Parts: sequence; C-alpha cells; structure tokens
Amino acid sequence: MEDFRSRVEAERAYLLRYASLQLRDRHAAEDAVQETLLAALAGESGFAGRSNLRTWLTGILKHKIVDAVRRASRDGVAPDPGDEADLDALLYDRRGHWAEPPAAWPDPDASLEQAQFFAVLELCLERLPAKTAQAFMMREHLGFETADICKELGVTPTHCWVLLYRARAALRECLQTNWFQK
Amino acid sequence: MIFPSCKEVSHLVSQGLDRELGVGERMRLRLHLAICNGCTNFKRQMEFLRKAMLRLGSE
Repeated sequence: MEDFRSRVEAERAYLLRYASLQLRDRHAAEDAVQETLLAALAGESGFAGRSNLRTWLTGILKHKIVDAVRRASRDGVAPDPGDEADLDALLYDRRGHWAEPPAAWPDPDASLEQAQFFAVLELCLERLPAKTAQAFMMREHLGFETADICKELGVTPTHCWVLLYRARAALRECLQTNWFQK
Repeated sequence: MIFPSCKEVSHLVSQGLDRELGVGERMRLRLHLAICNGCTNFKRQMEFLRKAMLRLGSE
C-alpha cells in the first residue's frame, strides 16, 4: 500500500502539467489532480493487473477534467480576446488566397515517435487563447462530439467550428515555425 | 460560389473534421484541392494534427 501510494504520488507533477494544459486555471487543475489521486488511492484494486500506472491515472484525470469544464462553463467562461479576422488577415490576402501557402511537411509520422515533438506541440497548445484551447482539447483529445462542446462551452455551433478552426490553423503555424522548419 | 477561395476551403477542411459536409461543399472542396497544393498540404496537416493529439499524453 505504501509503495502504491508513493508511485501514485510520483505522477503528480505529470498529471498537473496535463490538467493545466486543458483547464488553464491553476486551482482548477490542482483540484482535478487532487481528486484523481484520491480516487486512485481509494480504488487501487481497479489498477490491479494493468501495466501502466500513468495511463490509468490519466484516464481518471480525463473524467475529472470533463467535470471541471462543465462546472466552469456553468459559471461562464470569458470569451477570448480578439476575433478571427486577426488570424485570417495574417493567413490570407484580401482575395482569400494564402499569404504563404502551406508547404508539405516531410515525413510527419516520424515526428510522432519523438518525445521532443510532443514537447513542442504542448508549448504550441499553451499559446492558444483559453477558450479556443479548451474547445480544441475537448474535440481532439477528450473525444467530445462538436454538439456537446458547444453545449458545454455555451456557444453556437458556428462559433464552435470557428474556435476549432482557429486552434488548428494557429497550431499549424506554430508547428511549421518551431518544428518542421527547424 | 463555384470557385471557393483558399480561405473558404481551409475553413471547410476544418469543419469536415467536426461535421458532415453537404454534397455541394464536398464537391467545391474536391475541385479546389485538385488544383491547389497549399490547401492539399493544409488538409494533410490537419489530419496529422488529429493523429498527434490522440497520442499526446500517451507517448
């Protein structure tokens, strides 16, 4: 039991980084991690026989993050500053052509095997405005349907698509500059 | 519009990952992608991004 406890505790820093990426609120992230660690210690038997402690803990944490997102959206998340016109003005000329057409990324799948790539991806995610990042993480990482994201974040479907588009376009730019062009 | 701009196409590419596109939208997309390398690269990169996000945290 003592051994399990210290192994769980050793994952705290990783879990906190993971939660902070999605919740953008230090306190909410700490709460979610604390709840996760408590649930893990209370449910040690649920881990029995599984090989990877971190994966098991992250699975619990995902549920706590979803709960936290729901609570926060009930309280009302502030909209992100700026509007899409800023990003689109950067990416396209007046007629809607690319200012700089995206070039092909050589062998992107090889990047998926490198821990360094995911460190860069995390940095790029941290740079996204809070609500944009939240919508994107819910969609692409937590596996929500778009309709549910709109409901949880209290925005219209059209606005939801715009948030997701902005996240993707901004991440593409960030990866282009900081990874594929290095 | 029969000939959509790259801006419209990249929005459609993104939405195609979130909802089912209509027949007309799919056709405009296909026609544009056939002649536009920039948007074709953009579409591939969006699909790559989706794959990368699923691996995040489990690498």
